[in-house]
Amino acid sequence: MNWPNRVVVTGTGIVSPLGLDTRTYWDALKEGKTGIALPTVVPSELLQKEVVAEIKDFDPKRYFEERAIAPLDRVSQFAVVAAREAAASSGISFEDGLADRTAVIMGTGVGGANTLEESYRRLFIENASRVYPLSVPKVMPNAPASQVSMHLGLRGPAFGVVSACSSATHAIGLAFQMVRAGIADAAVAGGAEACINLGSLKGWEALRVMASDTCRPFSRDRKGLVIGEGAGAVVLETLDNARKRGATILAEVVGFGMTADAKDLTNPDVNGMTRAISQCLADGGLTAEDVDYINAHGTGTLANDQTETRAIKAALGERARQIPISSTKSMVGHALGAAGALELVAAVMSLRDQVAPPTMGYLGPDPACDLDYVPNMARDVAMDTVLSNSFAFGGLNAVLAVRRPH
Amino acid sequence: MADVATDVIAIIRKKVPGDKQDIKMSDKLTELGIESIDALEMIFDLEEKFGIQIPYNANSAATDFSTVGDVVKAIEKLKGEAS
Repeated sequence: MNWPNRVVVTGTGIVSPLGLDTRTYWDALKEGKTGIALPTVVPSELLQKEVVAEIKDFDPKRYFEERAIAPLDRVSQFAVVAAREAAASSGISFEDGLADRTAVIMGTGVGGANTLEESYRRLFIENASRVYPLSVPKVMPNAPASQVSMHLGLRGPAFGVVSACSSATHAIGLAFQMVRAGIADAAVAGGAEACINLGSLKGWEALRVMASDTCRPFSRDRKGLVIGEGAGAVVLETLDNARKRGATILAEVVGFGMTADAKDLTNPDVNGMTRAISQCLADGGLTAEDVDYINAHGTGTLANDQTETRAIKAALGERARQIPISSTKSMVGHALGAAGALELVAAVMSLRDQVAPPTMGYLGPDPACDLDYVPNMARDVAMDTVLSNSFAFGGLNAVLAVRRPH
Repeated sequence: MADVATDVIAIIRKKVPGDKQDIKMSDKLTELGIESIDALEMIFDLEEKFGIQIPYNANSAATDFSTVGDVVKAIEKLKGEAS
């Protein structure tokens, strides 16, 4: 198909357990650092020993005026900080009308989870008769998108995207489609999540999928996933505009695929995943031979990792055995609605530096996971095109393809 | 401990599709049609009923609930530890 625009990534922003900017985050991923430990925000005696990936050093006063903090749930604080970094690092100016033509699309799995928890605590434990007046606009799942739009002054199409663990990938994919089709001239897109609290963790405990040691994607003896938090954002713009203003082009977004399993609420389906990968390749005019590296969904659950392995093999055939695949969730946990953005930024940095980050915590092969997962140590890899996979509860799948700028 | 078995079977029966009445200790949960989400709900109901914590992780075979009898045995053991 002949689209009016090619779409490039010119800026990235990160808030993560391993660092509050892209550079710190990426350096830590390459070194195989992990941000996983017992939770500090919830008393451990109330929990079943699961570990999490918390952001411990985020001080909102560093980023916002005192009076601006209260109306921002932690999830929106993360979103705005990541979006600001993405905009600043791209060097883009939204003046001369571009602000009116710039989209803001931000994914989240839950929205303002901490505000909700705080309201419930006041009502049901403290028997308070009222809650904080801005509870509603702090909790709403579009708050991260709205806050990014307000803080950056962006007035084009703006909305939240909600697809659990695929939210950010869907958000970036939709932004890519809009800029490619000429519906918007630029976009700030990504995802944010901040739901490490008692209520959320109890919900995850009840699903019986939480690891008590660490996140070991694709490894034998993996015990499950580790909940994380954070935000990631990218600036997308047309190749023409990026060239005209002499921007540093980090990567070109070339393909996006999305499917639904229409099967099970929590168990992944190999066909849904496979079709998402295949659609992404077809959308980008790519073949299996073009794929040089995959940043996997790789949650560390029994079900995801073996199903994702089967899907990669089904979609890429023999090529699957030749390419390195890593799960950066082994280091930053699973940040749900932010995960796809944290991972796309990692994939873009992998392309820039020609390095595949490691899958940490790897103890040895599981017979059901028999591909190259870059175990425990980063590796130099010549790569031109890479994929970033996201597969969500509810059977919602999204895959992005990015390429080195040509 | 026949009472535990009766209670466990009553809880399991709620998750079995259709109107199957004769649930035996040797019946396999999967053959009864209990799938992953049913199993989660069943474990929740068992924990609530007996006031215990079942150390079940979907990613580990450490707690193997293959048959109805396995569930009954595990509950009896956990009840014993709790009291």
